[in-house]
Amino acid sequence: MVHTFKCLNVPVAVDVNSGAVHVLDEAAYDVLSRLDGPMGDKCPEELYAALPHDRAAIDGAWAELKELQDSGLLFTDDNYLDPQAAVLMQWDAPIKALCLHVSHDCNLRCKYCFASTGDFGTGKRMTMDAETAKKAIDFVIERSGTRRNIEVDFFGGEPLMAMDTVKATVDYARSLEEKHNKHFRFTITTNGVLLDDENIAYINEVMSNAVLSLDGRKEINDAMRPTVNGKGSYDVILPKFKKLAQQREGEGKDYYIRGTFTRHNPDFAADVTHMADLGFHSISVEPVVGAPEDEWAFKEEDLPGILAEYEKLAAELLERPDVNFFHYNVDLSQGPCVIKRLRGCGAGCEYVAITPDGDIYPCHQFVGNEDYKLGSLYDGTFDMELARKFAGLNVYTRPDCRECWARFYCSGGCSASNLLVNGDIKKPNRFGCEMQKKRLECAIAMKAIRAGLAEK
Amino acid sequence: MTHIQTLNGATLKQSAAHGGCGECQTSCQSACKTSCTVGNQKCENKERQK
Repeated sequence: MVHTFKCLNVPVAVDVNSGAVHVLDEAAYDVLSRLDGPMGDKCPEELYAALPHDRAAIDGAWAELKELQDSGLLFTDDNYLDPQAAVLMQWDAPIKALCLHVSHDCNLRCKYCFASTGDFGTGKRMTMDAETAKKAIDFVIERSGTRRNIEVDFFGGEPLMAMDTVKATVDYARSLEEKHNKHFRFTITTNGVLLDDENIAYINEVMSNAVLSLDGRKEINDAMRPTVNGKGSYDVILPKFKKLAQQREGEGKDYYIRGTFTRHNPDFAADVTHMADLGFHSISVEPVVGAPEDEWAFKEEDLPGILAEYEKLAAELLERPDVNFFHYNVDLSQGPCVIKRLRGCGAGCEYVAITPDGDIYPCHQFVGNEDYKLGSLYDGTFDMELARKFAGLNVYTRPDCRECWARFYCSGGCSASNLLVNGDIKKPNRFGCEMQKKRLECAIAMKAIRAGLAEK
Repeated sequence: MTHIQTLNGATLKQSAAHGGCGECQTSCQSACKTSCTVGNQKCENKERQK
């Protein structure tokens, strides 16, 4: 399969199965765009009449494209895996990543919160005690098999409301690393309200990544992310995030300032550049997750504007090479192996979420949905049948993904989003797919320009 | 070539040889928590990087 596109005025071809990416001139682009399968030695006669190029240009483009095909860089086969075997690929996958919900309480009341402002729709606001957190660490050590690297993301609700549990978890996990030959990596996702000098220092010492929630411009952030008493959160959290981020940058440590955009800010590029202007260099801004009836959720007619905004953002970020935008950071050559790319996010098999009660779910976005509860740390249950439903999800077993050019970059999308929008974890959310594909096109076009293979 | 410049070679095919160790980060943990992107994850397989 070959995908041709133009983005930022750059004509590009992606050979999906090999990972090869080519920048084309207009003649090669027009020829390749009209082909849907492997090329023969000679250009079909009807192409000469159909294209606005002279015969020599078409012949030249044809010869070069054919050379790429003969070199395994165009129209390559997908022979990575027998589709039948794909179902079993993750059958007994070790669990290596936890989303640890140390708090099901929050000090903000964000309107779009998929956690129902912290309690995940349970009506019970609580934090995780140290005993449960330690059981979670024991659980992942036992279930991780020979995997050495184990990730624990402190999540919520707001994890800083359970800082004692965070520290107890880190101390306990570290104490077991040598004995079990494990290496724990901790990350935290916080709204920043409770940050102070002490816990900024702790986070910057212990966490390999910190995800800091801010939506961009003050009026955008404050409209969706009010405090419990209805006031805006921007002025409260911004100085704290700046301090945390500056320290991390000084020490070469990762962080992301992470926002959400909704149908209320279709000009979200302005929110990205606003945060860049504030001095943040690692930025992620994500489309909101919402049920179709939510007033902030996107509607079909919003899509063309969003795709255009992504391209506008790409053009603006070309002028700001110091800014790392999460979705435009695609590593074409040294990124993950194809095995990782076809497996997907691992929710429900490699990756699980654990609630303050010790309940286990496929990921943070399934928490509170009893149909998808995997088990409990306290009664030792773990529903392998349900876990294997998730284990069987990959780009070969999701029919829509099997035919998609972006399958080795997005890896099959988000099961929770699929369930929310389509009522089926296997059926990709088309709206999300279109945004994902556009982001990839932007990222690849930016790479071509930055490599000097195309003009801005 | 005068019509085509190659930005990236057949790196996916090459990656299959030493792929699948599973030591890399879970994609959703990195920054998004709401959408899935693996193209920007780091490979942690030392064998493959040799």
